[in-house]
Amino acid sequence: MRRSGRLGKWLVSGPPLLYLIVFFAIPTLIMVLASFRTPGDFGGLTPLFDESGKLDLNVDSYVRFFTESVYAEVFLKSVWYALLTTLLCLALGYPLAALVARSGRKHRNLLLLLVILPFWSNFLIRIYAWMIILGPQAALARGVNGVLGFFGHEPVPLLFSSFAVLVCLVYVHLPFMVLPLYANLEKHDQALLDAAQDLGAGAWQRFWRITFPLSLPGVYAGAALVFIPALGIFAIPDILGGPDDSLIGNIIKQQFLETRDWPFGSVLSIVLTVAAVVIAGLAAWIGRRNLGTPSSARTARA
Amino acid sequence: MRRKPIGLWIAAAAGYAFLYIPLVIVVVYSFNNSRLNAEWVGFTLDWYDKLFHNEDMLAAAGNSLLIALTASLVSTVLGTMAGVAMYRYKLRLLPLLVLTPIAIPEILMGVSLLIFFVLVNFTLGLVSVTLAHIAFCIGFVAIVVRARLAGMDESLTEAARDCGATPWEAFRYVTLPLIMPGVIAGALMAFTLSIDDFVITFFTAGAGTVTLPLQIYSMIKIAVTPEVNAVSSLLMLLTLALIIIASRLSPSLVGAPSEKT
Repeated sequence: MRRSGRLGKWLVSGPPLLYLIVFFAIPTLIMVLASFRTPGDFGGLTPLFDESGKLDLNVDSYVRFFTESVYAEVFLKSVWYALLTTLLCLALGYPLAALVARSGRKHRNLLLLLVILPFWSNFLIRIYAWMIILGPQAALARGVNGVLGFFGHEPVPLLFSSFAVLVCLVYVHLPFMVLPLYANLEKHDQALLDAAQDLGAGAWQRFWRITFPLSLPGVYAGAALVFIPALGIFAIPDILGGPDDSLIGNIIKQQFLETRDWPFGSVLSIVLTVAAVVIAGLAAWIGRRNLGTPSSARTARA
Repeated sequence: MRRKPIGLWIAAAAGYAFLYIPLVIVVVYSFNNSRLNAEWVGFTLDWYDKLFHNEDMLAAAGNSLLIALTASLVSTVLGTMAGVAMYRYKLRLLPLLVLTPIAIPEILMGVSLLIFFVLVNFTLGLVSVTLAHIAFCIGFVAIVVRARLAGMDESLTEAARDCGATPWEAFRYVTLPLIMPGVIAGALMAFTLSIDDFVITFFTAGAGTVTLPLQIYSMIKIAVTPEVNAVSSLLMLLTLALIIIASRLSPSLVGAPSEKT
């Protein structure tokens, strides 16, 4: 860069950097600090220094999270829902991504746009749509309960149930899975599959021994993109779930807006972030390690 | 054109049906002459008429537009700067701060901003929501702008500098016109993200301020009504139109390789 390079660098990067420090980095640090503080009597926090001037920092809220089993249970349930969502998105998203990747250039962009458009429609509207579909008077519920009644079962509510929560979780996160999968599948070399076919591999074998191992980086990227937001969701169980479907996001919302216990809410938020990052990082690490083994992609590509 | 097995077609068709049937149902029932969103009775525009006479809804729509316009304007300027900076210079902190808000669960940004605003005694309302929206939109704009820069020929800017243009002139008359489609796409995206945002708004709006998504939320928490279908259909029409325009301007937005490569 030239003489003005250093100045230019600061002029260009300074304003967005400053903005994000003030409205993202500092609030995040405050939240971390808040997790070590004591909740105030009427919400908020007690003063950082008590009357005697002693610094009031403690790990009470962390202890509470790890000792009261109800929170660990909700947390595990959230991880389980997020995991199920990820797997279902993979099963539904793979054929979509494969179809788009195999289409000619002309149709490809349109097909891809069609996958992404629902993602850009309002989040609440997409939840609301399932309220209609799964509602007790809608055709689906009447049909399902008609069949169940025929076999002598009690009618089951579809709405306000774990089923509704899971269906909507998959619905909302599906595009996140398709995009990275498509980006990966699009680069595959058709010659590999042709060669395998010439050597007598069937369609099933070609998929499991060539396409799927090669697509693992896309699978892991998509899994991380689905898992992380799915773990922190609160609006879907809030609107579509029954009383037993509270997830970690609902507890966080409750701590901040109802109970007004900020330190404990902060602890839950931090645990959520750490878990999301660790699990996603683990998936990426396994993905990379798998790629390194001689039996899979690297040799296939060579 | 490669061969596509029939099973793949069926599975993918099921995937597309899963994606679109719910949205189609919302739109269809917005014209349905029945209070219940259960079966088709007859065509009516009553729900739209009701919508335009609903004072709360109109006020919420006004708030949403005001927030989205301000947030997209500011975040486009800041996000473009961030995109240019990330493309031209080796930076550590800026990419981290730009990309993390996109990667973490939204609820975290919502609650941390809530604590922040309350602790610094900043009244929750239109302004706090707008400030929060700018913070999460910057990253999206920056990514689109950087992708656009990566597709252009940087030697053009250097040529302008060699011909005696100041850095600002080189940016204003050479770089900016070239990346303009990316900047506009980023702005449209930011507008859409802002007008659609529920989670972060939910935590930073306080008690008195209502945006369109917050209004929809409080309505569907009480009951399913076709009025929600009507406002949803209009909101979808708006955001989908904006995103289709944005994806024309910046193909990388939909993950497709840009036309140049």
